[in-house]
Amino acid sequence: MTTLTLAISGSGGAGAISTGELVLRLVAGSGGYGMLKKTFSPQIRGGESAAIVRLGSAPVATIPARIDLLIALDWQNFARFADEVPISADTLVLHSGSDDPPPGLTIDNLLAIDAAGIAAAADSGWLNMVLLGMLAKGLGNTCAAAEALLLARLEKHDEAAREAACRALRAGFAEPLPEPLAQLLAALPAPAPADSASPRWLASGNQMAALGALEAGVRFVAAYPITPASDLLEWLARHIEHYGGHLVQAEDELAAINMVIGAGFGGVPAMTATSGPGMALMSEAMGLAVASETAAVVVDVMRGGPSTGIPTKSEQSDLNLALYGLHGDAPHIVLAAQSIADCHFTTAWAMQLATRLQTLVIVLSDQSLGQSIQVFDAPGSEVPRAVVDHAVPAEPYLRYRDTASGVSPLALPGEPGHMYTADGLEHGENAIPSPRSRDHQRQLDKRLRKLTGFDFGERWADLTGQVEGRSVIICMGSVTAVALEARQSLATAGHEIAVLSLRLLAPLPVAQLGSLLESASRLLVVEHNHGAQLWHYLRSLLPNCTFDSLALPGPAAIQPRDIFAALEIADVA
Amino acid sequence: MSLKARDYKSGIKPIWCPGCGHYSVLNAITKAMAARELAPHNTAIISGIGCSSRLPAYVSSYGFHGVHGRALPLATGLKVARPELEVVAVGGDGDGFSIGGNHFLHACRRNVDIVYIAMDNEVYGMTKGQASPTSPESWLDGKLTPHGTEVRAFQPCAIALASGAGFIARGYSGDPNGLAQLIFEAMDFPGFAFIHVLSQCVTFVPEQTAWKQRVHAMDGVPESAAEAAALIHADDGFGKGILYRSPRPVWPRPHAQPGGRDPRAEFVL
Repeated sequence: MTTLTLAISGSGGAGAISTGELVLRLVAGSGGYGMLKKTFSPQIRGGESAAIVRLGSAPVATIPARIDLLIALDWQNFARFADEVPISADTLVLHSGSDDPPPGLTIDNLLAIDAAGIAAAADSGWLNMVLLGMLAKGLGNTCAAAEALLLARLEKHDEAAREAACRALRAGFAEPLPEPLAQLLAALPAPAPADSASPRWLASGNQMAALGALEAGVRFVAAYPITPASDLLEWLARHIEHYGGHLVQAEDELAAINMVIGAGFGGVPAMTATSGPGMALMSEAMGLAVASETAAVVVDVMRGGPSTGIPTKSEQSDLNLALYGLHGDAPHIVLAAQSIADCHFTTAWAMQLATRLQTLVIVLSDQSLGQSIQVFDAPGSEVPRAVVDHAVPAEPYLRYRDTASGVSPLALPGEPGHMYTADGLEHGENAIPSPRSRDHQRQLDKRLRKLTGFDFGERWADLTGQVEGRSVIICMGSVTAVALEARQSLATAGHEIAVLSLRLLAPLPVAQLGSLLESASRLLVVEHNHGAQLWHYLRSLLPNCTFDSLALPGPAAIQPRDIFAALEIADVA
Repeated sequence: MSLKARDYKSGIKPIWCPGCGHYSVLNAITKAMAARELAPHNTAIISGIGCSSRLPAYVSSYGFHGVHGRALPLATGLKVARPELEVVAVGGDGDGFSIGGNHFLHACRRNVDIVYIAMDNEVYGMTKGQASPTSPESWLDGKLTPHGTEVRAFQPCAIALASGAGFIARGYSGDPNGLAQLIFEAMDFPGFAFIHVLSQCVTFVPEQTAWKQRVHAMDGVPESAAEAAALIHADDGFGKGILYRSPRPVWPRPHAQPGGRDPRAEFVL
């Protein structure tokens, strides 16, 4: 598939991200596909930001390392993300600002456009909209289509600003396109006519996780801001009250998770979202959710760590924390979302599992899934629903009754006759604290059994391709799309591999996984962290399998070529 | 048939030492529950960790004995999710003012309609006798602070006032009837209601039996924060009664009515 990747960079507030999003919407509006990755520094203004947009005529789920077109609105601080926007000899660099490219940057293909001058001639300061006008024309769109999108985007601006932006857009559209730019943009094939039966969405993983939570029945959210999870919570803040729910901005993550547990105790499906440092703070109370058998969902949108790390960039280095971060023997569920669209299903499933099994479910997402936006086919209306089963059998009521399934009858405050005190202290079946070995053993067994004995169904992993006699890439989260793209390229070159993307990480379905992988010729675990956390985990639970490891830390994304190299396959384009 | 105070006891035997002030607080809570004719199943008592935090299991109601310092967020989540319940948070001075201090400030600010009863004995009893945030500077028996705490004692009522609590009272475990009345009033108050209870620890701070002589009644209920501040600061910390009462809007406030918006619409191209 021929795709076009363009990067738009500028100092924070210069409009790089907005311009990128408008280009993506423009292409999507005429039936095309694409994805936009935001890369920015923690500064709000005066930092650097870039939108990397990959456009295609068929679905696009990764951002390649090669940039076809770089549009520099200015060069301020460009060096800070230069390795995420690599300029090669093939990259056409469109220089539109008033400042010069930084010394030491090799640019073979420089095209200067006086966007500021064109904007000024149109009595406008919106030089990024001049460029949008040029892109719109080069990509075969009408000026009216671009203008409609721009006006929708500037809804909250005053009339004068909207007018000025549109003047700049029209001036850019009217400008003759320099030949190299015209050629590059024309290379993007026209999309197939849109199939009206399958509506398409443009959304981020964080938005999809939030929607999944809401549609699953989450009616209480506790929120403490943290990059890159804040926008997930902000989306819920705007919508949850329309569903009769509440979002509380908590004073810290300790409060947030305990509020979630309080609401869960009340029988209301509840969640929070955070990132590594926040989840570390939550880990004590996550143990309480396990011990008290209270439904709670924590979405961890992972970023570079440890400590403050690289807050605005993606990594998958919280896996160990999610798996092992709880004190004591605290079995719980860990899920990983597989794509931007899958954040919807996986988060909804998490809330369903949490209520059904009365426990903690951690959903691992990552900054790349969470904050990139992508065009994808709309999910169906079938969504896993949280069901709080509070049917209590005949007395005497035992809140922590040792049942065959391990799930005990749950009474909710407000229901007469079944009062109990939920407890983080070890307890007997009757919920009364007990330090006795027998009670401890029994409750430990019960809390483990309700997970290991549960049938999680077919959605524990997504398998693409045939396993038998082939190399299998095992991955999770945003690496999945990279692995699938690598698979596609390898298939074109005559190498068949399979990709297994794990959605259910804990309890790991060891038997199913072992028998699935048995016939593979080679197993390669690919993950976005330095410590090969997934590889160590799989090795520990499947000691009879031989796993190879490709573990690369952020912030640079893993690329298909890294996978080719790890598989020692050289003849792939 | 109305329930008596003893009907609100669960029958579980408390772990507390003989002579502990918390027995009286438990009695005062059940008296107040009976006086308000609360349905036990519509009441939830929420706590963190410490001697006093064991109280929920001793009351015949729903309860949650959570982790150290987090009773208020736990109670907040429950009350916001289930506003029809009577939610009471209980705990000690270490739980509420040290490890949970930040939640105390923000619960006062947030003004969710819960009652918070802090049983203050100026010591970590469950861990056997370390200084707490409210221990007097000069107290020499703290096992981690052999020279005394050498830091100023925390002032719960002054902090509650500065943080925006609309109902602030002080009770004494030696006066369970007076305390029951304060709890009754706190439950009646719309919004966050804080009761600071002097509740003696006879095991680690036996000299607290002398509190009986120091406790005195406060006259009148100030309605302005300025008056309350003057009153609280002028007092020796042993004045009991309602120290401040001034209702303000409770959180969460009513906003949008459910329905009327399809959240999927914004994603459709």
